[in-house]
Amino acid sequence: MHEHDVLVIGGGGAGLRAAIAAHEEGADVAIVTKLHPVRSHTGAAEGGINAAIRDGDSWDLHAYDTMKGSDYLGDAPAIETLAQDSPGETVQLEHWGMPFSREDDGRVSQRPFGGLSFPRTTYAGAETGHHLLHTMYEQVVKRGIQVYDEWYVSRLAVTDEDDPSDRQCHGVVAYDIKTGQIEGFKARNGVILATGGLGQVYDHTTNAVANTGDGAAMAYRAGAPLEDMEFIQFHPTTLPSTGVLISEGVRGEGGILYNAEGERFMFEYGYANNAGELASRDVVSRAELTEINEGRGVDDEYVYLDMRHLGEERITDRLENILHLARDFEGVDGLEEPMPVKPGQHYAMGGVETNEHGQTCIDGLYAAGECACVSVHGSNRLGGNALPELIVFGARAGRHAAGTDLGEPEIATGKADEFETEDNLDTPVEPGAVADGGEDESAVADGGERTDGSRVSSDPRSDGGETAVASADDVVRRAVENERTRVEYLIEKDEGIQQAELREKLQKSMTQNVNVFRNEEGLKQALEDIREVREAYQDVYVDDPSRTFNTDLIHTIEMQNLIDLAEAITLGALARDEFRGAHWRQEHQERKDDEWLKHTMLAWDDGTPDLYYKPVILDGEEKTYEPKVRSY
Amino acid sequence: MSTQIQEEADEPTETEAETAPAERQSPGDRRRAEKRTASDQAVGSEPVGRADDDTFRLKVFRYDPEVEGKMEPRFDDFYVPREKGMTVLDALIYARDHYDTTLTFRHSCRQAVCGSDAFFVNGRQRLGCQTQISDLEAPIRVEPLPHQDVVKDLVVDMEHFYDQMHAVEPFFQEDDLPSGDLEEQRQSRENREKIKMSTRCIWCGACMSSCNIAAGDNEYLGPAAINKAYRFAMDDREGDDLKQHRLNIMDQEHGVWRCQTQFSCTNVCPKDIPLTEHIQELKREAVKQNLKFW
Ligand SMILES: Cc1cc2nc3c(=O)[nH]c(=O)nc-3n(C[C@H](O)[C@H](O)[C@H](O)COP(=O)(O)OP(=O)(O)OC[C@H]3O[C@@H](n4cnc5c(N)ncnc54)[C@H](O)[C@@H]3O)c2cc1C
Ligand code: SF4
Ligand code: FES
Repeated sequence: MHEHDVLVIGGGGAGLRAAIAAHEEGADVAIVTKLHPVRSHTGAAEGGINAAIRDGDSWDLHAYDTMKGSDYLGDAPAIETLAQDSPGETVQLEHWGMPFSREDDGRVSQRPFGGLSFPRTTYAGAETGHHLLHTMYEQVVKRGIQVYDEWYVSRLAVTDEDDPSDRQCHGVVAYDIKTGQIEGFKARNGVILATGGLGQVYDHTTNAVANTGDGAAMAYRAGAPLEDMEFIQFHPTTLPSTGVLISEGVRGEGGILYNAEGERFMFEYGYANNAGELASRDVVSRAELTEINEGRGVDDEYVYLDMRHLGEERITDRLENILHLARDFEGVDGLEEPMPVKPGQHYAMGGVETNEHGQTCIDGLYAAGECACVSVHGSNRLGGNALPELIVFGARAGRHAAGTDLGEPEIATGKADEFETEDNLDTPVEPGAVADGGEDESAVADGGERTDGSRVSSDPRSDGGETAVASADDVVRRAVENERTRVEYLIEKDEGIQQAELREKLQKSMTQNVNVFRNEEGLKQALEDIREVREAYQDVYVDDPSRTFNTDLIHTIEMQNLIDLAEAITLGALARDEFRGAHWRQEHQERKDDEWLKHTMLAWDDGTPDLYYKPVILDGEEKTYEPKVRSY
Repeated sequence: MSTQIQEEADEPTETEAETAPAERQSPGDRRRAEKRTASDQAVGSEPVGRADDDTFRLKVFRYDPEVEGKMEPRFDDFYVPREKGMTVLDALIYARDHYDTTLTFRHSCRQAVCGSDAFFVNGRQRLGCQTQISDLEAPIRVEPLPHQDVVKDLVVDMEHFYDQMHAVEPFFQEDDLPSGDLEEQRQSRENREKIKMSTRCIWCGACMSSCNIAAGDNEYLGPAAINKAYRFAMDDREGDDLKQHRLNIMDQEHGVWRCQTQFSCTNVCPKDIPLTEHIQELKREAVKQNLKFW
């Protein structure tokens, strides 16, 4: 068994920042990651990092823009923390050598981005994420922080008290992809999940193949609630054949959207009369799909994004990699032709519920980055606000897990008695784990059995009537045993269904039904499809018998996570009968503040999803944010 | 490389035996063994898929140190339906998801930023995701990167590459930072421009794999690591002392002087980094610096 003070799961921007912070506080920290850190999807971020570092700008303007962008579903303490800490964290990156773009006076460059009242998006060419990721990995190397790379974390080692808020996380189980060994990792202080996005729930996404939402799904099954999962951001400008993203930076620099008739539809059809192309992402995505649905799309599939008028010099200076992307992945020369674009899944606003210190309701379990929900983005994330989230909340989680006192959090986690529960949701099928009542439950393919085998009882033992709590070592050891049983079972089974078929079915249904346009019928259809996939998954098997680099096994385990998260997204979307931010309901075209100024919470409750609501916090440090109409 | 494959194949299950003795005796293991042989017979020399006008032949290198029959490297043929805009990575994914789920290769971003999928495609190092099928002649032959140990199928061991990258102190080291809380270091546009290309490296390993010198001298730092050193040596934000220190690291037996300017690295780099130029410039800088001390 490996043992460290702090274990960081994931080596993307959030994980690396957390590890550096924990290390700086003196903790023995290790990163366990299924991809080598520099392969993380943070490297794909293009646009930039929002930070109020210039005269004329201030953190409260940044906070205000973020709250407005969130459509008043972000929590003020989280948003204000983001806006206050981002400048320091961004300048810290510069001090670590990050190659930002520069102004004539040698200071770092900033540019305008959608939904911002000040051009505060700090960037490094069109490859900001790449540079952020590599700069922080360099600092990890400098500090000699241990990295277990290509180790897949497949299970959390959490105790099994009835109330998740009484549970404790003692470590994780990980599978060494290269050798097939399954080992326990004990965390003396804490486990920080930084596993990134869940884009693979959809078939058209800007996310990487590795973005399967593992951390969020594992935390969910271990008892930490998921928050606001229905809010999925679709990016308006992705290349039709691959989902590769064309940065908002193109529109920031002056790129224009046209329909097949050559009309600048953002203005001509009144989708956003002031901001035009720079309106927030949900507005632009829906505008494009409306154009396409009404027959004004190109090939009934996409619209055009044109940047030719910016001129070759400006394009090569600021947007050079866009030219490469368009050429390599769509065969289009952006200097000569307009680029075809359509909306694609891009970002999950929801995730594991945490407070400002990254803590979940389970003691010793933290989450940061895209897999977490503090909540900063509410129902809609502004471009350039995810990267600061990684560094701000990654650093805070790292410090807190290392034992630093960050004060009392203002955001509460876990289910409180007074919370409103959703008892009337009409679902066509029963959601949650498949109850098969099998004797050896930990052996079924569905790792989300009603009594999760990863949790170890701390019930009083009968001998002598004394209360003996399972030791941390026992908890980890039990989780390892359960994982070995599951993997053995999956590999041993030699017929059934393969994950690729199930994945395709799930992704298709999600793209079809839980898209930028949502209605009750489609959402119910999605729940039925998910149920079918979930039941079929009971019979899943892994064809590859090898212990060496068995990606068939990894994808099969990931598939479980996709199912649980797809269901969580869809349940939230069905429950929320209003239109807020990225969540649009055909039958409910208005934002209903009287009813819906609250977070959608979903707890696994040992296999029976429990939907409840938590009030949003609009009271900031100095002011209360009053919900206003979100118009651009 | 097939030369290294033999050695690996002899001792594949050793670690396993040490750590999981109980499992090795389980009935599951017996069944696993049966399944291994069965799967060997299932895939093999017979091409998979239909050869017709709409498909093309994808020849993929196969090797698994544990699965009998696959221990001997071989090529499997898959007929994959041609699609507009299809990349080599798309074709591999198609073959895996439709024909043989045991086909193994690294990939993640699908957009040339993660550096996972450098392969040897039709005799040249390329990123699978960045290579259009329409730019290649069929049959398309995909092999693991040459000069690296093969772990399985198209997956190579990257440890040596990472070791070389780590050997050049690949991190910014300025300690003399502006005192103001939120004050950044200044850097001229020209200086940022100078290091720009060198900062684009995605650690794919294509350059190292293409380099004859690296193949013959295991200690040679190689183009990517030298480029990393260049990135810092040329960054004005690090002071002169550090630059000197960095040049010293380059100015050694297995450093810049090994390079014989064959340009193979520059030719294969998917990020268009002028590697050979950078190496040459460091040689000149090293000479200049040495002259100072005469
Ligand atoms: C194309 C694109 C462009 C973007 N542009 C911007 C932008 O300009 N500005 C902005 O603010 N935001 C942007 N975003 C959003 C932002 O980049 C992401 O939200 C953010 O990078 C996510 O970082 P992360 O650290 O949470 O996750 P990632 O970088 O995805 O890292 C996840 C890590 O977790 C590891 N991991 C996952 N599962 C497991 C497991 N089971 N076991 C072990 N390890 C695991 C992976 O190996 C990886 O290292 C963009 C996103 C995309 C997709
Ligand atoms: S220098 Fe180019 S070829 Fe070499 S590792 Fe970096 S990106 Fe790949
Ligand atoms: S898949 Fe990431 S570089 Fe090709």
